[in-house]
Amino acid sequence: MKPPPFDYHAPRSLGEALDVLAEAGEEGKVLAGGQSLIPLLNMRLAAPAHLVDINRLPGLAAVEAAPDGVRIGALARHAQVERSEPAAVAQPLLRQALRLVAHPVIRNRGTVVGSLVHADPAAELPAVLALLGGSVRLARRGGTRDVPAGEFFTGPLESAAAPGELAVSALFPALPPRSGTAFREVARRHGDYALAGVAALVGLDEDLRVTTARVACVSAGPVPAVADVAGACGHRPPASADWAGAAEAVRARAEPEDDIHATAAYRRHLIGVLAERALRDAAREALNA
Amino acid sequence: MPEQAHEITLVVNGTVRRAEVPGRRLLSDCLRHDLGLTGTHVGCEHGVCGCCTVLLDGEPVRSCLTFAVTVDGREITTVEGLADGDRMSPVQRAFAECHGLQCGFCTPGFLCTVTALLRENPAPTEEEVLEGVSGNLCRCTGYQNILKAVHRAAEIMAEES
Repeated sequence: MKPPPFDYHAPRSLGEALDVLAEAGEEGKVLAGGQSLIPLLNMRLAAPAHLVDINRLPGLAAVEAAPDGVRIGALARHAQVERSEPAAVAQPLLRQALRLVAHPVIRNRGTVVGSLVHADPAAELPAVLALLGGSVRLARRGGTRDVPAGEFFTGPLESAAAPGELAVSALFPALPPRSGTAFREVARRHGDYALAGVAALVGLDEDLRVTTARVACVSAGPVPAVADVAGACGHRPPASADWAGAAEAVRARAEPEDDIHATAAYRRHLIGVLAERALRDAAREALNA
Repeated sequence: MPEQAHEITLVVNGTVRRAEVPGRRLLSDCLRHDLGLTGTHVGCEHGVCGCCTVLLDGEPVRSCLTFAVTVDGREITTVEGLADGDRMSPVQRAFAECHGLQCGFCTPGFLCTVTALLRENPAPTEEEVLEGVSGNLCRCTGYQNILKAVHRAAEIMAEES
């Protein structure tokens, strides 16, 4: 249980980091919080030749809440984002989800952007970014690009970040007016990866009827797929919307897999139950907004 | 080719310590092997058990999920640094008083985690204590006495402040 050898790089500026990453190419791996990467190294499931530690890069730890959303820098720790009041006001789903990410001690080191790049379909934050339609900003030598969530997650533990690219920040869009969010999940033990989880966003029109209803599921397929269930809910007030029908639509679309923790059938069942609860919670939040 | 060594300086329990380590040296191994501080225990080495928890600039972190080179120049507090000379800290005394440890393997991690928890929240509720220690596993004492010890430590700290 010791990491394999690697060449360690500790760049002091973004430019230097991008140069090192460009030269390392496919053999390079970025270290931010390390709470997913170091277990993989310790178990020797990953063996990069070059490790580029970005912890000394200045200016990457910012959490900025603006009218369009919350921009989170690559070195912002989970705990820092969880504590941020402006972030929680602009987009409450961030705090709702972060409280479910592992344990408080892990959240002191782990980074939000690192979790996105790690792209684990069992993790909460990729589902949040997908549900909200956020984006990840990737820098490389000579340029940057913003990749929308729908194109960012390409497979289990695979993202659109190419060799030589560094994810410098992510944008989580702000909560629209008369909208609410919720995150529900079931794990074997507190802090474990969820057997299944559902993030929900519900929006109401001026007559307080449901116009937006979307969910993103955790542990329900290779990438966090977003399901639009506004049609299934019916254009009705939350009290008479067909939440059970909407949940059934989510359940039918989920593609969970068997593993030692749960069967695919059980996960699918959970997704249906959690989707209904999360949608109802989100609708309640929307009414209170 | 021998691995490249990096010279690092850590302030451990208030003392400046230097070590020469390869990039892949875990902070847990650096503390135990390079600096001889074997109070930090190593259980699972993938961040699940919490035995190796130390304080990094006062915040609890997993030392098995941190490279020593990453924290060059930072302050580390290990279980050896919790006591005030010969007098155990309130958290240590509470664990002794409430039988919050049996074999003691998980204890250093619990002590560091709880020290930080009570510093941030001196009067935690039952829920907050449960959440606070949820990342630390104990396989023999049982959690009930550990939970009692956390509340007792909060009492002792309130009495002594």
